[in-house]
Amino acid sequence: MKTLNEFFDLLKNQFGEAVIELKQDIDPYIIVSADIMDKLVEFIKVNDDFKFDFCTCVSGVDDANGTKSKDENGNDVITGGTLSVFYHFRRLFDDAKLIFRVQVPRENPKVKSIANIYRAADWHEREAYDMFGIIFENHPYLRRILMPYDWEGHPLRKDYQNPEFYQGIKISYN
Amino acid sequence: MGLLDKEFNDGSFILTSTEQLLNWARLSSLWQMTFGLACCAIEMMAASASHYDFDRFGVIPRPSPRQADLLIVSGTCTLKMALRVKRVYEQMPEPKYVISMGSCANSGGPYWKHGYHVLKGIDRVIPVDVYVPGCPPRPEALLEGLLKLQDKIRKETLVKKEYENA
Amino acid sequence: MSLKTEELVLNMGPQHPSTHGVLRLELLVDGEIVKNVTPHLGYLHRCFEKHTEAMQYFQVVPYTDRLDYLASMGNNFGYVLTIEKLLNLKVPERVEYIRVIVAELQRIASHLVAIGTFGIDVGAFTPFLFCFRDREIILNLLEELTGARFLYNFMAVGGLNYDLPDGWTEKVKDFAKQFRNTIKELNDLLSFNKIFIERTANVGILPADLAINYGISGPMLRASGVKYDIRKNAPYSIYDRFDFEIPVGKGLKGTVGDTWDRYFVRVLEMEQSLNIVEQAIDNIPEGDVKEAIPKKIKPPVGTVYGRVENPRGELGFFVVSDGGVNPFRVKVRPPSFCNLSVINEICKNNLVSDVVAILGSIDIVLGEVDR
Repeated sequence: MKTLNEFFDLLKNQFGEAVIELKQDIDPYIIVSADIMDKLVEFIKVNDDFKFDFCTCVSGVDDANGTKSKDENGNDVITGGTLSVFYHFRRLFDDAKLIFRVQVPRENPKVKSIANIYRAADWHEREAYDMFGIIFENHPYLRRILMPYDWEGHPLRKDYQNPEFYQGIKISYN
Repeated sequence: MGLLDKEFNDGSFILTSTEQLLNWARLSSLWQMTFGLACCAIEMMAASASHYDFDRFGVIPRPSPRQADLLIVSGTCTLKMALRVKRVYEQMPEPKYVISMGSCANSGGPYWKHGYHVLKGIDRVIPVDVYVPGCPPRPEALLEGLLKLQDKIRKETLVKKEYENA
Repeated sequence: MSLKTEELVLNMGPQHPSTHGVLRLELLVDGEIVKNVTPHLGYLHRCFEKHTEAMQYFQVVPYTDRLDYLASMGNNFGYVLTIEKLLNLKVPERVEYIRVIVAELQRIASHLVAIGTFGIDVGAFTPFLFCFRDREIILNLLEELTGARFLYNFMAVGGLNYDLPDGWTEKVKDFAKQFRNTIKELNDLLSFNKIFIERTANVGILPADLAINYGISGPMLRASGVKYDIRKNAPYSIYDRFDFEIPVGKGLKGTVGDTWDRYFVRVLEMEQSLNIVEQAIDNIPEGDVKEAIPKKIKPPVGTVYGRVENPRGELGFFVVSDGGVNPFRVKVRPPSFCNLSVINEICKNNLVSDVVAILGSIDIVLGEVDR
């Protein structure tokens, strides 16, 4: 069974510049760039050294590393900075794991979708779009999944303001 | 159910008023509409199962709103669901009663502070007769709520209808 | 002469007796045959992930109970295991044993609900009453331990909130002896019943490679023939000390991966959980369950992913910490969310009443699908 460093070297040989860094952490991950995501994922599915067949989780994270300012109503607004998407993959026969991180700019978050290769990522990507506004290109059916279809805003961003009314019903407690 | 308890030792008539008869008939056979939304639905199912039997009070679960006269809203109602609760309530024929079961249906429950998608109490969309607190309320608490509703029905009169539309 | 037919859009709406909660299925039917199923979710979205960003780490535990409300101990277990991995904390042996016993009892209770409600979906009412009668015994045991019937808030980061009362272990042993008779009763009544087999065999077949591609886990994956269980393949806590088997679907009454297999794997799993409980209950060491609970939880900066085997599949918690007392981001990877995504593939070309049976065998809980 290969270690994470060996996987990282094999990927760097194949994709060169787009595989950026191996970040050490409690669960270490590999930072890659957003536009090779679908080719990378296809590679780790079929290549004999990898053969990762199980996509466990795709989750969005709001890094909140832009500049914080206040708009005219006194609410916090974050401009600039990045949003991240974390991908978790596993292999069923020996339980090896591989985690990728992709960082995209907050104003124009676009990532290539992997939903046609791993069908498990389909609904996870829809949820990341719903909660953070990250657009997955070439996704078969990208629309909101948890919030109502006519909702405005992306709730899990750090500068989200709760609306007052929804179709005539008062939302807040008091 | 006090009517049939009165013994006819001397073989006389049953004397009562029409109101008492109608109220007794209504409260002894409230057919509930199964509207379980979240965790409280499991306690409602446990109340209908054999340990805390609901059937001995005449309460049978009916799947269609057009055949039911009691709506037990159990669980968190979200904004997406609130429009459907209203529609189901309007489909029920009169006379109809509503029991709000659990903290989430009473006032939003543990999600009252940061829940951007949670309706803070179903009394914002439909009128409620009895509130049963708890998270989740025990089946015995739901039975007490039902008995309180039966007391409320016993005191109803035909002369003045108290229904308010939402 | 051929008849001109049209396809009809049928709405199995959010309020329906057999959708196990508030799920809306949009069926495109041609006569009685289903051509396409589109699930619409979000009717129980309670903003769990937003709440976690406003609370401290130990305050999140009661909210994890309410995710999969039929397996609360498993949710607690997953969350505290993840935070202990983040903090690199070691818990006492007594705590580990009690956590495993309680998690396995919870697995039995959850499978009883799954089997009972699946029986109602296909039309058998009596197994529901039998299953809930036995579930009441387990709930009484856990109520003596924690004070609540089914949303317990029992585990804390680093230990447990309560210790075992006197005489509890004897009651669990009595329950284990008596429960094997119930499994036999259930098999006689429902599992090998001819009508039940006709209704569920060869319906909704899920092949193994499709299951792996869709990210399915838990009994649904094992029923398709893939032998993967986190308790054996990547053991957490003290599961590697116990001797138990992993039941796999073999296609006894039809094909491998059909609805009957998914149902029967759950019945066999209940028996294996009973084996684990009997092995663990005699060996609980002495100790203090609260000694390793930290006074203040301020983890280092980093990300961690922890997972447990819940009755419905793999429950994962992905926690991002920025060094403060509140979590920066908690993402829940719910098993039912991933299991439900395959429903379009396996419901094609079946009848409308088969959709009800297939949905019952997937065994979803909307609390964790929508969070």
